[in-house]
Amino acid sequence: MEATVNSTENKNKIWNGGNKPLDASYGKMMMWFFIISDALTFSGFLVAYGFSRYKFIESWPIADEVFTHFPFAHGKELPMIYVALMTFILIMSSVTMVLAVDAGHKMQKTKVAWYMLLTIIGGAMFVGSQAWEWNTFIKGEYGALETRGGRILQFLDKDTGKRVAISEFAKDLHGERTTHARKDGIWFTSEKALPAYTVQEVVAGFEAHHNIVVRTEFLDEEGKKTVLSRAASAEKLKDAVLVVEGANLVRNEYGNRLFADFFFFITGFHGFHVFSGVLINLIIFFNVIIGTYEKRGHYEMVEKVGLYWHFVDLVWVFVFTFFYLV
Amino acid sequence: MAHDTHKLEIFRGLLKFKSNEQKIWGVLIFLSIVTTVEVVLGIYKPEFLNAKIIGMKALNWIFIILTLVKAYYIAWDFMHLRDEKSSFRWSIVLPLLILIPYLTFILLVEGSYIYDVMKTGLLSWDF
Repeated sequence: MEATVNSTENKNKIWNGGNKPLDASYGKMMMWFFIISDALTFSGFLVAYGFSRYKFIESWPIADEVFTHFPFAHGKELPMIYVALMTFILIMSSVTMVLAVDAGHKMQKTKVAWYMLLTIIGGAMFVGSQAWEWNTFIKGEYGALETRGGRILQFLDKDTGKRVAISEFAKDLHGERTTHARKDGIWFTSEKALPAYTVQEVVAGFEAHHNIVVRTEFLDEEGKKTVLSRAASAEKLKDAVLVVEGANLVRNEYGNRLFADFFFFITGFHGFHVFSGVLINLIIFFNVIIGTYEKRGHYEMVEKVGLYWHFVDLVWVFVFTFFYLV
Repeated sequence: MAHDTHKLEIFRGLLKFKSNEQKIWGVLIFLSIVTTVEVVLGIYKPEFLNAKIIGMKALNWIFIILTLVKAYYIAWDFMHLRDEKSSFRWSIVLPLLILIPYLTFILLVEGSYIYDVMKTGLLSWDF
């Protein structure tokens, strides 16, 4: 695709047409421009997260306490380790992608194919890890109560300082309340699945166990969540109206409602990028195998998807910092 | 990008690699070290880094700076911006460098303003 420069006077004026002033092909430049606009979309998301966090600066959930799970390590508190592993998987697949691009420059077809395959595997592993992370987040671990004002009350063992799940202390009151389904009554009303316990059962359990206290959303001077005394806890529990287990787009047991919303939107949007990146990589991978680029004489397509793939990695670096670290 | 035009130095020429492939592995090692430092700091959260600098914890400033360092090496070496013409490089990076801090500044200031209003206003937000 080399353009011919047909007059001698054009040679000195690079912006007069007939050549590539920026020394980049049309396709590559468009990929870069797409990346710029996508980067602005992601920064819009992350800045909106920052906005909401500054708005609720004294009660925002602490990410360390939310993301403490690791597959096959039940009951252990391992903050950050799982996300660090995900980050590492993505950086690794980024590296195999650069190696594929590098092999493409040297026209080594088999090497390109192998590195592309490794990149695809890395991407698929990342998407799988994210699915596990979402599953854990949605299920929740401890459960909490929500007050009339929409604030979350969590439970703590006064003696050990550790979180207590509501299933550990709630008292079974043998209530007969069942989920209302459409077939049981007025056909146009129905409701979502009920939580395993009612507010009354949790409160009764609280009264029976004297070591349980309430932890509110509010952060104290040292940046830790405020733990109430036994009497203040009992007072606070009078405001409770709902049992919250896990997370959805309306409410979550971790604290501020917006926290789960931003988690779903930001990591979901990023995960969608990784997913589509894997699909695009697959297409390019098959094209490499059937020799499309060998015939074309250059592997620029690999370079272009490489740019997209690195961009996905780049975004994750920022999501990792602003969602899990800061 | 023509063949054999890779710039093989990182850290302003402090470290020069023999081939592009070697440079990739070198950058990977560097990025892994930075990530490990971030994770270790994130788990242990040293007490002395809780001091506030310009309204934010020193620890958070360290995280943000390390992230920008990582972003630089991903863009410059993995996305090989280092090998592009500088006019192309800046036409990509400058819009982002101008717009993102601008948006961040505006929205964070607005966010803390709303926090103040809700805190000192006459309405109760926690009932």
